[in-house]
Amino acid sequence: MKGARRTKNIILGIIGILIAAYVLFPFYLVVMNSFKAQTSIVESPVSLAGASVAQLWENLTKVASNSNFNFWYAFGTSALITVISLVLLAVFGGMAAWVISRNNKKKWATAIYMVFIASMIIPFQVVMLPLISTFRDVGKFVGISMLQSIPGIVFAYCGFGGAMTVFILTGFIKGIPYELEEAASIDGCSPEGTFFRIIFPLLKPVITTVTILNGMWIWNDYLLPSLMLGQNGKVKTLPVAVQAFVGSYVKQWDLILTAALLAILPMIIIFMFAQKQIMSGMVEGAVK
Amino acid sequence: MKSVAQGNKPLSIILFLGGIALIVGALVLDCMGSSYEYRGAMLVCGIIGFFLGLYLIPTKKHHRKIVYFIFLFPLLFTFLVTVIFPLVLGIGYSFTDWTGIKFSKFVGFENYISMFKDPAFIWSVLLTFIFVVLNMILVNLIAFLLALLCTSTVRGIGFFRTAYFLPNLIGGIVLGYIWQFVFSNVLISITKTSWLSQTNMALFAIVIVYIWQYAGYIMLIYITGLTQIPGDVLEASSIDGANAIQTLFRIKLPMIASTITICTFLTLTSAFKQFDVNMALTGGTGFVQNFMGSIVTTGTQMLALNIYNTAIRQNNYALGQAKAVLFFIILACVSLIQVRVSNKKEVEM
Repeated sequence: MKGARRTKNIILGIIGILIAAYVLFPFYLVVMNSFKAQTSIVESPVSLAGASVAQLWENLTKVASNSNFNFWYAFGTSALITVISLVLLAVFGGMAAWVISRNNKKKWATAIYMVFIASMIIPFQVVMLPLISTFRDVGKFVGISMLQSIPGIVFAYCGFGGAMTVFILTGFIKGIPYELEEAASIDGCSPEGTFFRIIFPLLKPVITTVTILNGMWIWNDYLLPSLMLGQNGKVKTLPVAVQAFVGSYVKQWDLILTAALLAILPMIIIFMFAQKQIMSGMVEGAVK
Repeated sequence: MKSVAQGNKPLSIILFLGGIALIVGALVLDCMGSSYEYRGAMLVCGIIGFFLGLYLIPTKKHHRKIVYFIFLFPLLFTFLVTVIFPLVLGIGYSFTDWTGIKFSKFVGFENYISMFKDPAFIWSVLLTFIFVVLNMILVNLIAFLLALLCTSTVRGIGFFRTAYFLPNLIGGIVLGYIWQFVFSNVLISITKTSWLSQTNMALFAIVIVYIWQYAGYIMLIYITGLTQIPGDVLEASSIDGANAIQTLFRIKLPMIASTITICTFLTLTSAFKQFDVNMALTGGTGFVQNFMGSIVTTGTQMLALNIYNTAIRQNNYALGQAKAVLFFIILACVSLIQVRVSNKKEVEM
């Protein structure tokens, strides 16, 4: 009985390793081929032949200094857009969710909540074209550039991420006992003080979840930035830059794969540090 | 906080009225078609001043309401401008000859009729449905098997979970290019011609990449479901002499029915919206001979990409928007069915 169980475990372990090898194989190819020149990539894409650190350095400098890719600039833009959007979504989302859950017996709050929830089924494709024209017109009208600008895209992410953020946060705030707020109010705390000093700190775990979900989406999003910022605009996020770069270097695999490595590296590094939170956050977001 | 909110009557009035004056001033400039470069800054400062003044108004009675309004405004405003307003506008535009900038007349259902006469569009709809069904079954099956593996007694579970989940971290565009390399430079030594250049195999390739990206994520949800099954239930079944297969079909599967529902609809909607991988991997190219009496040159183009290409590449905004509205209607129906199914389940439990 014990022996049979052990054999079973060994077989399962081998299967698991084989699947892991299959899943990780493309990552291996990206990393390994970044160390090689174009000719040795084409000749032997799987083996280590021709790989050298000097070549990696050469590829990296070529990619980073490329005017179509402009890695550091694109990386900075992506990071800036993601961070500002996440902070605003957390603060504004928390504020809105608090108001909604503290007025959940009133009709207007229920109506706003329902509109938020219903809007989650709206696919981006159905709003993207009028969104661009609206942003263009509004931008021209009021004199604030909404397209090809970081504030404009942050504004859009707050709008698109708002519904899911409010949905998850409201569910959590409803579970916080109201007595806590009453006590603060009796002690002379204003409503805004109650929110920022008492409720907001309590939201930390659920804000983490929301931030992970929104962060994965915003960092990797391609369609929205490509439409709003344009393929060859001045401001570029990382996915848009990769797309523009690949478009200009067909089959230049040494550069493309190095660019891909640079594009996936930040996410992998963050994942290494926050693996548990990211994995459980993704699940919580889906189950709710 | 309270003292700030009370004793600043003059300040609050200055800010409030000043804010309104700035907003009105900026809007008047806008309407006169002025190109004064600080009018945008004027508007923003005006709005901030308006809200600060509103916040500082010394009223005990209405203070709570004012705070509620200020708290709700930012998110609600961005949401209305980016989602609701374009949605209404977009549905309206789908009945016009909109060019992306302006429209001159209403054309009724003309856009909707012409899209059903287009073989390439019908092809992409069919393709999308096949792709969705295929993915829904395969992703769920594979993810569930992976979840069983990752909840078994085998060693290295933590590593397996992480490894299987890893592809989900990468955006579709980058991932599409990586797999383009795999198909056209690595697997070519086995397949002779690249799969991406043959329409049928290219579709298969998209399915493979999609599973590679998505199965690890769905697996995590199944793992959560499986670990929530109470241990004593499994113990009782093993005491009663149930073998592994019986436990799987009689205990585990029924106990995670709600998880299966969640995962099924999650894969359904996400496969339906698939865009990035489709675009980066094949760009929608591929030949289909003789479909509805004509040659389709966009053999691997799915619905989301078709909408994009119609509007952006072919510059036919009205038609693209009409297709997008249809896309929305289909997704809305799917979501309604999902709500029905999960509500029914909850009642039964």
